[in-house]
Amino acid sequence: MDPFLLEALLNGVLLGGVFALPVLGLNLVFGVVDVVWLCYAELVMVGMYAVWFLHVQMGWPLALAFVTCLPILAALGLLLHLLVVRPLLAAPPINQVLATGGVLFVLQGAATLVFSTDFRSLGVEMPPMELGEVFVSGTKLAAFVAALLGAAALWAFLKFTYVGTAIRAIARDREVMPLMGVDPKRIYLIASAVGGGLAGLAACLLVVQLDVHPFVGLSFGPITFMICVMGGLGNMLGGFLAAFLMGLIVSTGGFWWNTEMSYVVAFLFFILVIFLRPQGLFAR
Amino acid sequence: MSGLLPLAAAVAALAAVPLLSPPDYVMHLLITALLTALAGTGWAMMGRFGLVSFGHGAFLGVSAYTMALLWNFFGLSPWIGVPIGVVAAAGAGALLGYPCFRLRVVGHYFALVTLAAGEIVRILVTALREYTGGSLGMTPNQAPPDAAFAAMQFSKAGFWWVALAAWAVGLLAWRLLDRSMSSKALVAIAEDEDAASSIGIQVTREKLKVTLISAALAGLAGALTAQYRMYLNPESLAGLGISLQIVFGAIAGGMYSPIGPTIGALITIGLEESLRIGFGTEFTGAAAFSYGILLVLFMLFLPRGIAGLLERRQRPAARARSAAAGAVPAAQPPG
Repeated sequence: MDPFLLEALLNGVLLGGVFALPVLGLNLVFGVVDVVWLCYAELVMVGMYAVWFLHVQMGWPLALAFVTCLPILAALGLLLHLLVVRPLLAAPPINQVLATGGVLFVLQGAATLVFSTDFRSLGVEMPPMELGEVFVSGTKLAAFVAALLGAAALWAFLKFTYVGTAIRAIARDREVMPLMGVDPKRIYLIASAVGGGLAGLAACLLVVQLDVHPFVGLSFGPITFMICVMGGLGNMLGGFLAAFLMGLIVSTGGFWWNTEMSYVVAFLFFILVIFLRPQGLFAR
Repeated sequence: MSGLLPLAAAVAALAAVPLLSPPDYVMHLLITALLTALAGTGWAMMGRFGLVSFGHGAFLGVSAYTMALLWNFFGLSPWIGVPIGVVAAAGAGALLGYPCFRLRVVGHYFALVTLAAGEIVRILVTALREYTGGSLGMTPNQAPPDAAFAAMQFSKAGFWWVALAAWAVGLLAWRLLDRSMSSKALVAIAEDEDAASSIGIQVTREKLKVTLISAALAGLAGALTAQYRMYLNPESLAGLGISLQIVFGAIAGGMYSPIGPTIGALITIGLEESLRIGFGTEFTGAAAFSYGILLVLFMLFLPRGIAGLLERRQRPAARARSAAAGAVPAAQPPG
């Protein structure tokens, strides 16, 4: 096979791993709380700034900055739920989405005011690795492995813990679960914190590959939403698979054509999927 | 047609504004406000029936770039180019709307499909940089002074009248829609699509109709904005950013009242200018920050916008009645 195509395919899989984490986080929040966080990519942006600030400005070791980033973002997820989402739980879905859209502007604006619009780079690069005929960026490979570990940890949490079981149950039927003694308010809080934490993990993986600037969220936010919808909103496994599908489309599109057009192809593919299978590609 | 009288009177009064010879800066703000109001009015035509679009930037962009490319490459005057751009925007609306409505893409899914469409237009404009100038933007060619009018390049006063006429067209369209059976049908559809279709409402057709009107008005706003500024770039005419700004204006002003988006445009422009003066170079961040805070506050405390507030002030009796009936004041049509 053409080594360049092979490289594109490999990069697609790696890219899919990067998309997967925010997709899982969004799906978790949507599945449980039934609200789309339109500002999810901006939460990731805040996390990227947190890592950059702690590592570059404060001189913390990178690992410590990563570990600190997760609780910060989990707290931010909680705050978002308490201040914005909870008061709107009974409002029409559109009002909820627009309010989180407002938070998108708040976070972008705050980042611009605090850090200016300069591009900030972490300046970490791992040596490329040779796999057979192709070279792979070591950073991307490490991020991919970390993303898979994060996804596996989330799966184990949902599958094997009591709280995780309650979260899955609420996602399936939010009327009956309160009758079974599960307090939905508490579950919403936990899901929001975990959703925020996943944004934090995604931030750690992205900050080593992308420069941070206040509008960086716009570069991967829209495609994240589309992947979620393609996999079926709230469907974790569907979203996970769709992330890799979209990663492959983007990277092979870049191989055949160019990066910009590959995103156009990916978005058109998304619209087509919605028309053909509105409930998501992997809906049962 | 008694309701038309206030509109005609308002337009006549506003048409006299340039005669007061206000400073250029004020004129500029007023023209920008009118065109922003037009885009918001277009958005709210759909938004108030629960058809929330996050991609209206796409219609601004399609129309503006159609017009500007026709002028720069074929020398076609914007007097013809703007209508063609509006038709192109409506066509884009049909292209997007028909399959969506036919295949019952609603709610979150519809919002996200429109978001994708807005991004597609933004990326296409950027990618076709040989013609559109990409993200650096493009400038319509300057016409020679004697042909300026034919090329729709005139003074601030002239543009004020054009923008005023376009704005009035938007309000007129709103009124005509409200007086037609379509608005009743759309309210029913927003309430319950299946029930509406079971009583013989043609859901797809009604939704498509309002989408075409909405896209056309947004397209008109986009083309005129580009022509007025004599500058186009993908960020300000397509994509998620501008689409959300349109939504913000319409929501803040109030999307259930015809005058709401206009109030919203005045708020947006006023806010933007005072922040520009207050914050100087840090203006962009401060503007986004305040938009965001306001949008959240509006959603939390005033989902019907400023116009909704006025509505309630005006009709305390109606409020008392609804309160007596146990209804929530300012109840939202579900959407």
